[in-house]
Amino acid sequence: MVDTRHIWFLLEQVNDPEVPVLSVVDLGIIRDVREEGSGVEIVLTPTYSGCPAMDVIRMNIRMILLQNGFTDVKLTTVLSPAWTTDWMSARGKEKLKAYGVAPPLPSQQVCHPALFHREEAVACPHCNSYHTTLISEFGSTACKSLYRCEDCGEPFDYFKCH
Amino acid sequence: MSSPIYYYTLHLADNALVLGHRNSEWTGHGPILEQDIALSNIALDLIGQARNFYQYAARLANGGRDGARSERGREEGRHDGGRRDEERGEGARAEVTEDTLAYLRDAWDFRNCLLLEQTNGDWAKTILRQFFFSAYQFYFYERLQQSQDRELAAIAEKSHKEVTYHLRWSSEWVIRLGDGTDESHARMKGALDQLWPFTGELFIPADYEQALSLKGIAVEIAGLRGIWEERVNDVFQQAQLIKPAASWEQTGGKTGRHTEHLGYLLAEMQFLQRAYPGCEW
Repeated sequence: MVDTRHIWFLLEQVNDPEVPVLSVVDLGIIRDVREEGSGVEIVLTPTYSGCPAMDVIRMNIRMILLQNGFTDVKLTTVLSPAWTTDWMSARGKEKLKAYGVAPPLPSQQVCHPALFHREEAVACPHCNSYHTTLISEFGSTACKSLYRCEDCGEPFDYFKCH
Repeated sequence: MSSPIYYYTLHLADNALVLGHRNSEWTGHGPILEQDIALSNIALDLIGQARNFYQYAARLANGGRDGARSERGREEGRHDGGRRDEERGEGARAEVTEDTLAYLRDAWDFRNCLLLEQTNGDWAKTILRQFFFSAYQFYFYERLQQSQDRELAAIAEKSHKEVTYHLRWSSEWVIRLGDGTDESHARMKGALDQLWPFTGELFIPADYEQALSLKGIAVEIAGLRGIWEERVNDVFQQAQLIKPAASWEQTGGKTGRHTEHLGYLLAEMQFLQRAYPGCEW
């Protein structure tokens, strides 16, 4: 009998290597944890198709489970339904902001913007001003874009709504 | 393995890989840091999409089994968008993997469109090539999500979200350059003359596409041309660019007849695996 709650607890200790304040549970990429035969199956979904962090995340999940005595672990990747930043936990969004990365806006407001349709104002994670400018659609990783705050002058990453 | 679904999946994988590789040639050479990063990110998305398609093609080739084990935590899988992790690999070492498909096939086995293998040229040519293809992929993936093949539909659903950014970014650049200085406008015009004859192939189906679109698996691409041209016209209008008159349309890539450029691209991309088979790091 596998205690899946214990596994969820362990997964909260596996962080996104690119954004180390977020656990894989905060990110919303763990779709299911279930008993499978004598072992456990963890179903996860990638953030972006080419995200290099996924390989590391998969390995780290396996490591922490092994360290806690779970040897029969199956990791299954599903692509559909596609991951969205709406699956990020509220706690995850708070942690992002404290880390200096503007958290994603809810997707019903801004996702799938038409050509030249700007996303709604993104608040500066440092001074909370909405007087911010997009510098580049693509930031340090696929999941972020680059902004600058016109009030405090700080550049910052925005975890883009996806 | 010579079924239409295998060829079709390879065609989609090759499209993404070849353009992804071309874009990656800009990494470290972009005109400014932000755009270097942008194009590298787009390359990463495309190569990620290519991996998803190659992994599926490998499973088709192996009769449903995953490819050979890899120590690097590569994803491998099964059906319905669900994939099985490599470390429970069901024993036998299969012949075909995502890596053998990417690194050990020669030019005549690649089924990518000719547009994608064209050389990077200047920034204008790279931008325009990206815009043409992103506009195509945007509508293509939108429709592939309805495919009767659930694996292809799942990859399309994932990829479509990424292509939305690529299309917006490349559209903005086409306008910025086309409606920019005399120099940037002239360069866009030059790029347009070079690339336009390769755009028609996107909408001319190969045999395997035709066979599968009858079954509701492949996208009926001839029907995409109108909506694609609408998008191109819209952007060109803002960019002060004029679409060239209809002319000879270059084809052949989808069945393995390529321009000379693909061979050079593969020589560089595949060198390591050819020289040191199975090398990993």
